[in-house]
Amino acid sequence: MGSFSTNEFRSGMKVMLDGDPCAILENEFVKPGKGQAFNRVKLRNLTSGRVWERTFKSGESLEAADVMDHEMEYLYNDGEFWHFMEPNTFEQHQADAKAVGDTYKWLREQDTVTVTLFNDAPLAVTAANHVELEIVETDPGVKGDTANGGSKPATLNSGAVVKVPLFLSQGDMIRVDTRTGEYLGRAKT
Amino acid sequence: MSDWQPGSNIETMRTRAHLNRCIRDFFALREVMEVEVPLLATATVTDPHIASIPANLDGQSVFLQTSPEFFMKRLLCAGSGAIYSLGKAFRAGESGGRHNPEFTMLEWYRPGFDDVQLMGEVESLIKGVLPELTDTRSISYRDLFKRFLSIDPHTVSLAELQRLGQVHCRVDWRDDHRDTWLDLLMTHVIEPQLGEGLVFVYDYPESQAALARIEPDASGQRVAKRFEAYVAGMELANGYWELTDATEQARRFDVDAQHRIVLGLENFPKDRKLLAALASGMPDTAGVALGVDRLLMLMSGVRSIDQVLNFSITRC
Repeated sequence: MGSFSTNEFRSGMKVMLDGDPCAILENEFVKPGKGQAFNRVKLRNLTSGRVWERTFKSGESLEAADVMDHEMEYLYNDGEFWHFMEPNTFEQHQADAKAVGDTYKWLREQDTVTVTLFNDAPLAVTAANHVELEIVETDPGVKGDTANGGSKPATLNSGAVVKVPLFLSQGDMIRVDTRTGEYLGRAKT
Repeated sequence: MSDWQPGSNIETMRTRAHLNRCIRDFFALREVMEVEVPLLATATVTDPHIASIPANLDGQSVFLQTSPEFFMKRLLCAGSGAIYSLGKAFRAGESGGRHNPEFTMLEWYRPGFDDVQLMGEVESLIKGVLPELTDTRSISYRDLFKRFLSIDPHTVSLAELQRLGQVHCRVDWRDDHRDTWLDLLMTHVIEPQLGEGLVFVYDYPESQAALARIEPDASGQRVAKRFEAYVAGMELANGYWELTDATEQARRFDVDAQHRIVLGLENFPKDRKLLAALASGMPDTAGVALGVDRLLMLMSGVRSIDQVLNFSITRC
């Protein structure tokens, strides 16, 4: 991989810092009219998720991080690892609990997800923003109660538990935002 | 696609037109003459922290000017009297929320003024267009560092500056230039605490004199007769009680050239026409450069320079 100079820094760019891959969030150019120029940079450490702030002298460089997002099919969980496959090459990757994080609760076999590879190993797994899942367990639906605004917990076929309106029943298909865990509506099908 | 559109709105365009008129009225009233100087020239600055944009003119190497300073000083040496220039300046590598590689600079020179008198005139100009600005403070560079960091910037050790830089800013590089650390602390620690009003900082370290004369202050410390004006923590203007000594000016060009070698930067021939002009005699003068786009940001209440430039570099 090459390296990037501070004046090439753009948000979203992946660089190495202190041995960890990081994504640049913000890059602020700070310079006195007479004197040294600096770049004040906010980065997200892609391993820990923490946001770092660093000041560089303008013109300094950071090594590019070999971080790439790939669309993959989720295959199965063997009790320890989650297995994913590149649909074109059939190449398989196994991700540990750290890489999968909270995404495990949205995963259903054969779903397409984004696997972020760092040096060809899964660093993170991200579900699609909106997924359609089936309610496998919830209190019985209250017919006609669509305006009340009340909610109840429902367990979905991926294992996630979300709050849904009272009128929904077991077997209903719903749409959920995986970033917030919020119920969006009934699935169209 | 709407990427053809300007970054400013009609209101900001009107404010700029109004500001240009205010500036010209301000100087007409004071009998300061407007002058035009070249933007394209064969010589350029030596300052290691300012990068010129080179151009090729029929095979000859030329530079877009980073400030009208050298030409205006040649006019002063030719007997122009008080002058101002309202025009563009260019600096490579400067782009961000408060920077654009091409920007509008107001620069003026007042023969017979010292730095204190010129600060007074800068205050009148700024307050004329920012009437809500009532509070003005003046503080020496030394007192500023004493107040916010409890150090004397003229005498503090390099090791202590490095320690403070590490404590206050997230840095993981090394540097043996005191000025790098002073610049870091100034921009990252002090500027954000300068407050909303107009603040003049004066009597800079000798090593940051640029083109200002050096004199002992009341305590005997040699300081650069240079000042900066800040509003709301944003650097707005940089002024000097000008160096007029051709020999000293040539020496500073050489110091810059040495520094550029250390930093691995290209060196350009020093401006011998400026040196010849100074040798013929330049009147005692104070001069200042003010960032017009930043003044407009304050007048318009916007946070990004892109919003006051019709077409910033990202839209060109």
